[in-house]
Amino acid sequence: MSQSTSEALKNIKNKQRRQKVFAELKHAKNKERHTKRSERAKEERADPTLREERLATNIPETIESKRVYDETITAEVEGVDEFAQYFLSGKQPKILLTTSENAKKVAYEFADILMDFLPNVTFIKRKKEYSMVEIAQYASKRDFTELIVINEDKKKVTGLTFIHLPEGPTFYFSITSLRDTKQIEGHGRATNHIPELVLNNFNTRLGKTIGRLFQSIFPHTPEIQGRQVITLHNQRDYIFFRRHRYVFRNEEKVGLQELGPQFTLKLRRMQKGIRGDTVWEHRPDMERDKRKFYL
Amino acid sequence: MSDEVIWQVINHQFCAFKLRTDKDQNFCRNEYNVSGLCTRQSCPLANARYATVKNVGGKLYLYMKTAERAHMPSRLWERIKLSKNYNKALSQIDSHLQYWQKFLIHKCKQRLTRLTQVAITERRLAMQDEERHYVGVKHKVKRREENRERKALAAAKIEKAIEKELLDRLKSGAYGDKPLNVDENIWKKVLGKVDEVEQEEEFDEEDDFELESGDEAEDESDVGEVEYVEDDGDDELVDLEDLERWLDDSSDGEQADDDDEEDDDESDDEDSGKKRKSTSTSDDKNKKKRRARVEIEYEEEPDQLQTNIAI
Repeated sequence: MSQSTSEALKNIKNKQRRQKVFAELKHAKNKERHTKRSERAKEERADPTLREERLATNIPETIESKRVYDETITAEVEGVDEFAQYFLSGKQPKILLTTSENAKKVAYEFADILMDFLPNVTFIKRKKEYSMVEIAQYASKRDFTELIVINEDKKKVTGLTFIHLPEGPTFYFSITSLRDTKQIEGHGRATNHIPELVLNNFNTRLGKTIGRLFQSIFPHTPEIQGRQVITLHNQRDYIFFRRHRYVFRNEEKVGLQELGPQFTLKLRRMQKGIRGDTVWEHRPDMERDKRKFYL
Repeated sequence: MSDEVIWQVINHQFCAFKLRTDKDQNFCRNEYNVSGLCTRQSCPLANARYATVKNVGGKLYLYMKTAERAHMPSRLWERIKLSKNYNKALSQIDSHLQYWQKFLIHKCKQRLTRLTQVAITERRLAMQDEERHYVGVKHKVKRREENRERKALAAAKIEKAIEKELLDRLKSGAYGDKPLNVDENIWKKVLGKVDEVEQEEEFDEEDDFELESGDEAEDESDVGEVEYVEDDGDDELVDLEDLERWLDDSSDGEQADDDDEEDDDESDDEDSGKKRKSTSTSDDKNKKKRRARVEIEYEEEPDQLQTNIAI
């Protein structure tokens, strides 16, 4: 709205009348925009090159495109990472799942949800007398490759600890916006096939390590006849977990049906070894710059 | 100053250690106070003869002061280290406070008991390793994170990203030669599309070698260019090779349809071009090898998929 119109509006003393005039102005402006758009669409339908040209030149600026430069994004991974040994040995994943001490019902329900899609997983009820480090030791003796601990607090699932066995590292993720399958509208039923894995946007050195962690949890040979796909999509350091069934409708179109659950992970801490020295920890002041991302 | 004068001041005027409450009971903040209450009997300032038990650096001491040392503030308190054994410590208190008031003896013993209990609890807590790592989260930060998550979810366009990734996998041949997750007709179309692109190039270049070597993108850049070919003899040789290859293929008898076979071959070429850009494949033997490699690749397929997955 230009200066003069807003000045003119201010001069109208009657509030109802002022609102009416303002609404009319706004409506006119909207209408103008819509006609412009429809005209443009018509032109572009006649000549698709115009559309291509517009899309090529008119690129919106996003937080992603303005991201603070991170030198590890393009660089190759130096040396071997913590998961190299695991992938070289060709071991299949074997997961031990447990909860925090004195866990409540929600933790067990979440464990049920996790066991639905985690391969080769064993759940044990947590006993108070064993610490996480001790459990990790027992588990690595019994050839488990991963220890997952559900953290429950005040009857809410708040986090997940991943301990890669036998030598670590340890990751702690917070969990938010958890929705189980029933809460998702139009959801399908999952089958027992090993799903494919899609890991999107794990770009930095740390991000690649996280990607390798998730890769190490799922078997390396998906059963593609099941047409199921588990996605861990990283956007602005939030990792979105989704599970879908897909179908190729034609060579350009894919149909997706959500199978659930949904939740969002956020990396809070990475520790060397089994709960050893902290390598990376999320601090609230890291978020001060909106465009700096760590994964 | 006599004790009585001090107490009058403390009780009726002002004491820095006094903690007033709305009830009748007042508390005392002085660390030498044996009971923690503000009373005439347990006031460490208004009593010239006083005893208490204190914890200094994890060790318990019996502190005593007498009127004889009242003029020397630096040596006011006499302290005796108490035994770690609770019963011995009790008897130590008994012996040192032999002719003292019953009140002080009793309170010192009570304080000893309580401090011993606290020490035990502290030791037990120190033994437990904290499973949880507590981090305070401010409301502002919590709300900010919720909002950023919501916006990140909107920016992610997850379903689109998944669809794109799946199509990429399908077209790059990550699902192998005969994928189980695609309808056969669609798969043929996908192969056909790949084939079309390559066929065009074939017409333009009239050279099989060029098509085979190098990756697809390189080929496309060559489309419009004029090329000068060395000799016709070469061309003949190519034809022969083609024939040989065709014969080989038919003897393999993998697929009935010739066209299909061609499709397969082309898509494989494209795959290998993507994966191994620097393979020089102008040799006839190499071609035969590649033919064999098709099956090997199929076995490697999960591996390749994994590398795709690995970002």
